[in-house]
Amino acid sequence: MLLADYQDSFAQALLAEDPRSVSPELTRLVAQPGFAVYRNTVLKGCIDALQANFPAVARLVGDEWFRAAASVYARHSLPGTPTLLTYGQSFPGFLAHFEPAAELPYLADVARVDRLWSEAHVAADHAAIDPVALASLAPADMGRVTLRPHAAARWSWCDEHPIYTLWSRNRDLATDFDAEFDWRGEGVLLTRPHGAVTHQLLSRAGAAFLSACAKGLSIERAVATALEDDATMDLATLINQLLQAGAFAAVQTLPFEDA
Amino acid sequence: MHAMQELTAGLGLKPQHFDDAHVCRAAGLWFELHPENYMVAGGPRLAWLDALRERHPLSLHGVAMSLAADTTPDAAHLERFAALVNRVQPALVSEHLAWSTWNGAYRPDLLPVPRTRQALQRIACNIAIVQDRLRRPIALENPSHYLTFGEHEFDELDFLVEIARRSGCTLLLDVNNVYVSANNLGYSPEVVIDAVPADLVTEIHLAGHSADPSLGARLLIDSHDAPVAPQVWSLYERLIARIGARPTLIERDEHVPSFAELLAERAHAQAVLDGTLAEAA
Repeated sequence: MLLADYQDSFAQALLAEDPRSVSPELTRLVAQPGFAVYRNTVLKGCIDALQANFPAVARLVGDEWFRAAASVYARHSLPGTPTLLTYGQSFPGFLAHFEPAAELPYLADVARVDRLWSEAHVAADHAAIDPVALASLAPADMGRVTLRPHAAARWSWCDEHPIYTLWSRNRDLATDFDAEFDWRGEGVLLTRPHGAVTHQLLSRAGAAFLSACAKGLSIERAVATALEDDATMDLATLINQLLQAGAFAAVQTLPFEDA
Repeated sequence: MHAMQELTAGLGLKPQHFDDAHVCRAAGLWFELHPENYMVAGGPRLAWLDALRERHPLSLHGVAMSLAADTTPDAAHLERFAALVNRVQPALVSEHLAWSTWNGAYRPDLLPVPRTRQALQRIACNIAIVQDRLRRPIALENPSHYLTFGEHEFDELDFLVEIARRSGCTLLLDVNNVYVSANNLGYSPEVVIDAVPADLVTEIHLAGHSADPSLGARLLIDSHDAPVAPQVWSLYERLIARIGARPTLIERDEHVPSFAELLAERAHAQAVLDGTLAEAA
């Protein structure tokens, strides 16, 4: 058997329900007890990586449930690269359609925040802008400049679930785990101001503002977008929160036609 | 670049031990890490790595170049590997005689190949590609074996030596893997240990293994979840007595104990290298 053909068959047999069914030429190999070592190691490696990358999900559902779900996912979505720190990009989407997870409609959203944490963790290094940088801007500048989000800044808003409370209590093994909370929409902001990823609650207007900035809109237009979401928002408090969190990497002057 | 001229013993670096590793002052201590865990754009992992390399020699031990796959190494992966080599300036660089990436998917394991002339040519060629890109020779590690292939045209040591001869790579001899493979496939580990050409060995690995949960000791697993076994220490002493000191790594990836416990195991290897084992014991 050519090496490439052997590798096609062996790779298939590693994940097949019945490895004996894959190729007659592989029969003598897969019949040996040692073949299970490779099957187990490959699957365990994938499941361990998913459990490390989605700790809040794992805590919500328990190890046994998580590892069973991760096993189903891994069989259909092996890692695309050996950097397992970023494995599981499509895991939240998988959970959204995973029948046994139907009773936990917020599970996929919690998984999305775990995923955002991983993205923030490995994003490029860059200094955040100094919170006083905006003080020098004249009101007339607001239509001409944009705030570029930091490479490690991630945010999300969820209308249906208190996603920040659900995620952070499970991610950080919070001591107030059982404290009561209101079931309402929440947003989350993840930044990496001093090395480690930090997180905080984000308003709906805040998420809209950041998304507008990410699209390259001027501060003026980003503010207008945020006000559409919440006409009562406190702009100064929001901007201060985002600057203190290190959410922005640069103040950029827009080309004339974009302003 | 830090040279490991003193041929000391090192430790596999675990993220939970970053702080201990950074401040540890044990003479000659070096650390080995899997580059795949640091192939990221930025963030705390790379910051730890930069801090560590200021204080200790490092070794990059790749687990995913998939050298034995019947295709050339993934170009993007090789570029990321080269960028890390450039950043870290490691004293040692190594990879495995195995495959893992195939048809665009990565399988976190070291998968076996039949040792044929075709495989030999492919592997030697892939190692040459990697060495050309990294602009330095790499050491090739023998993985653990669990399967008997009818198609082998070489025994393992002849295969490794021929690949090294053709590609200019050296050998990373994993003594635990020799022991596990010999146990599983039914041959003498001493024969292998006694036949490895001394001039090709540039690094040695030591790790713990475990018995298969259902088959017991008939099938040993290279699990890296326990201290180095006494039989593996004996093989190691036998090897060092014959070929002399080589940089030696203690690996532990599961049930990782305290840093102090790993340092004690590392001190045992250092005593073997120094020829002072009797005094240490």
